[in-house]
Amino acid sequence: MLTIHAKLVEAMFAQARKDHPVETCGVIAGPHGSNLPLRLIPMRNAAQSETFFQFDPKEQLRVWREMEARSEEPIVIYHSHTNTPAYPSGTDVKYAREPRCHYVIIPADSRYGKEIRSFRIWDGMVTEERVRVRNSYKSEWELSMVA
Amino acid sequence: MPITVSIPTILRPLTNNQKRIEIDGFNVLEAIEQMEQQYPGIKEKLITGGEARRFINIYVNDDDIRFSNGLSTRLNDGDSLTILPAVAGG
Repeated sequence: MLTIHAKLVEAMFAQARKDHPVETCGVIAGPHGSNLPLRLIPMRNAAQSETFFQFDPKEQLRVWREMEARSEEPIVIYHSHTNTPAYPSGTDVKYAREPRCHYVIIPADSRYGKEIRSFRIWDGMVTEERVRVRNSYKSEWELSMVA
Repeated sequence: MPITVSIPTILRPLTNNQKRIEIDGFNVLEAIEQMEQQYPGIKEKLITGGEARRFINIYVNDDDIRFSNGLSTRLNDGDSLTILPAVAGG
């Protein structure tokens, strides 16, 4: 199950609408081992495509190093689907390399739904999980949340 | 001084869960060959058909090797080699 703050969900939707029809993408970091998404980092879609996304490799290195220095890890990896349901595509499954991450898909076109969906993807297997959207975290976590 | 290699989560089962390993090598390919000696199986995760796999990013210090000399990119003592699976999908 993914537990996520409503502000982070709003921020992902806002980014997806802004980038539409290009696929948007990003990562939400959280303290190592916490399974709690806190710090949202929008990433540039180096592919600038309506059907594909890829983090810019240089930006990814910078962001991954920053997470490591802050004792964080990627908790959520998100991207939008612009013209298909918010379910992992064959390409999503093929390139998923983080078994510990929640893979979140945002429907940028409301015809395909109004909610984010979250998945675990590993070794060709897709498992959808429940998303619990919270309006508050513990106050000490809220302070370090960015959205 | 050897080269320090940062290993991504997905490959740590091959390196006894070590996040960093130290290795020698005058270029990226030789460093990977050295790793393969100690941690068999790692090379095929990184290289295919004589080139770095498309969705594996390899950096020497801050630079993506695709924009220098690929697997022939030179390494100097004390350099860091970072391996990160690309984040991509459709």
